[in-house]
Amino acid sequence: MIGEFFKGLFLMIWKVVTDQPDPKVEFVSVFPATIQPIISVLLSIVPIIMVFASLFALTTLLERKGLGRIQNRLGPNRVGPFGLFQPVADGLKMLTKEDIVPHSADKLIHFLAPIVLLVPTLLAYAVLPFGQNMVPIDMDAGILFFFAVGASTELSIFMAGWSSRNKYSLLGAMRAIAQMISYEIPLIISSVTVIMIAGSLSLVEIVDKQSGYHFGFLPHWNVFTPWGLAGFIIFLIASLAESNRSPFDIPEAESEIIAGHLTEYSGFKYALFFLAEYLGMFAVSGLAVTLFLGGWRAPLPFLEIVPSYIWFLLKLMGLVCLFIWIRGTLPRLRVDQLLNFAWKFMLPMSLINLFVAAIWHFTSVWNFRGAGLGRWLLCAAMIAVPYVWLGRTLIGNKKITHRTYRFAN
Amino acid sequence: MVPLYYYLIFSALLFSVGLAGALTRRNAILVLIGIELMLNAANLNFIAFWRYSPDPEALTGMMFVIFSIAVAAAEAAVGLALIIAIYRHYRTVDLTKVDSLKG
Amino acid sequence: MGITFAIIAALTLVSAIAAMSLRNLVHCALSLAVTFAGIAAMYLQLDAQFVGFAQILVYIGAVAILIVFAILLTRSSETPQPVISRSWIMGIVIALAVFGVLTKVILSSSIAQRELPAKPAPTVRQIGDQLMTRYVLPLEAIGLLLTAATIGAVIIAMHDKKGRGDGGQNVNSTPSRAEAHQHADETHNLIT
Repeated sequence: MIGEFFKGLFLMIWKVVTDQPDPKVEFVSVFPATIQPIISVLLSIVPIIMVFASLFALTTLLERKGLGRIQNRLGPNRVGPFGLFQPVADGLKMLTKEDIVPHSADKLIHFLAPIVLLVPTLLAYAVLPFGQNMVPIDMDAGILFFFAVGASTELSIFMAGWSSRNKYSLLGAMRAIAQMISYEIPLIISSVTVIMIAGSLSLVEIVDKQSGYHFGFLPHWNVFTPWGLAGFIIFLIASLAESNRSPFDIPEAESEIIAGHLTEYSGFKYALFFLAEYLGMFAVSGLAVTLFLGGWRAPLPFLEIVPSYIWFLLKLMGLVCLFIWIRGTLPRLRVDQLLNFAWKFMLPMSLINLFVAAIWHFTSVWNFRGAGLGRWLLCAAMIAVPYVWLGRTLIGNKKITHRTYRFAN
Repeated sequence: MVPLYYYLIFSALLFSVGLAGALTRRNAILVLIGIELMLNAANLNFIAFWRYSPDPEALTGMMFVIFSIAVAAAEAAVGLALIIAIYRHYRTVDLTKVDSLKG
Repeated sequence: MGITFAIIAALTLVSAIAAMSLRNLVHCALSLAVTFAGIAAMYLQLDAQFVGFAQILVYIGAVAILIVFAILLTRSSETPQPVISRSWIMGIVIALAVFGVLTKVILSSSIAQRELPAKPAPTVRQIGDQLMTRYVLPLEAIGLLLTAATIGAVIIAMHDKKGRGDGGQNVNSTPSRAEAHQHADETHNLIT
């Protein structure tokens, strides 16, 4: 019994390391038949939670260090070598803090809000293909599931803001909902382009459609097509807004409304919000990787010996680093700028992009000489021309001059 | 296995709850909520009939629900816009007080 | 299977009754969201994945949020609502009568006793194919309806600029913003 247990365990680990299909089968079959489904489910869930929770700890440190370097300071460097244990210290601080609930708050909803936020965020991981043979559930309507659970986080932000009975909380929550609803539309429309080309809502199949290489080195990723590049950029901007990251962090803009819907939260509940926010960011970047960056596929043919999930995590961390960089670089938008940008620029551009993707799909039957290049140029022009025109019209006749500082000089 | 009439009775219950709410509550928003509940109960019936039909591959019930969800979204948007307009005009959404057409 | 059904049904019904009977309107809206989630779970039980996710996306992601916005905009949550109106007995009696008639009809019908047939596997591809072939006309009509509803909702809910007296401070919001812009531009010119 014990021998079989360890044999199954080692076989599972070996299969995971070497990227083979169905790593769980032998290990699960050790257990009695009644608890096999539960073990199988646990083997899918526990690694996801552990990997992404530790990634969360790593990212908070990375973010603080990176922002520190961008702002020309050191960042956390007291706890452990180079401040490496800072996340542990942060976690201990959060856990031991007093949990304060405002006197006039709606206690039940105030308590439920962080849970209602965290659970859908974790559910979203159920459909992401992390590696070649690593997808918790290969669902036929995978993307739809992802967006459906993503949509239910809006309600929890409202719950947090409303139940605190604090005007700043409510203002922050309303800002967050307005922003999330506005940016959800470009987010979904830009992923519809990928669905159109791949002909499937299953994320596994979308990754499969991006296999192979042009000329032996340029992978078939969606981001290397005109509509894919435009869609990727739209998706990135919209996902920044969806995860309430800077420069779209007006729901929790400290200088205007303290901390938005988080104002009245402290201790463990605040930590849950923080965790859910980062997990949401990982999930949406994971979706971006899957849709546009080829998922777990290696960028070059000879690099395919590296296990697939390593590539997925590397691409994911690349996107997260980009998010941190953007946070350190760009100032926060005003509310009217934010909503104008969503409705007047992002929405038309994503609709045009959808149209271009349709043209890309129908010109794939061209077979004359130079058809590939012609198709590429046609689609690129169809995106670039409206982009320039729209950008010019929106800026209008506002003259952009050198910024002058009134008090600095 | 659950037989079909479980679903039908459940949806009849849901429909009655929605109907009772829509008839007894005075706030316009709650009346709209009641109507949404009744609509959802009807949708559930369509899905149940589709699943238990001899030929589920036809997808008719499912299509009906997809269209019905789209119509319900439009209905909710217009209904709530009307409620907000009523509120601007009368400064209340209490349906018993919105009675200027009463003779 | 029966237990799952019972749990979902109980949760949905309790939250539906709560949505129709609580005093605080925001609580009503939140329990309505739970009801919608329960109905989506019912769809999943009936192997209708696509419709279940569409239900969550549309109802919880959009309709519940719209209702919450309407509640806050009409300030209905600030005063507890009276639970019942004068004609509440009539309403309950009518609802009970409707339920009684429906139950009687359902139980006397022969198809209601039908057992679950083999599991169909409607892929999203099939649904899409049907939408683009057999149901293409309804799809176009829905597109038109949604566009009309969007425009209509915006127009109905928009402030009328001419302004009635009572709308007071809200009516002028757009001109004042334009003024603010002008002001900002002037100060900008002054600085430069």
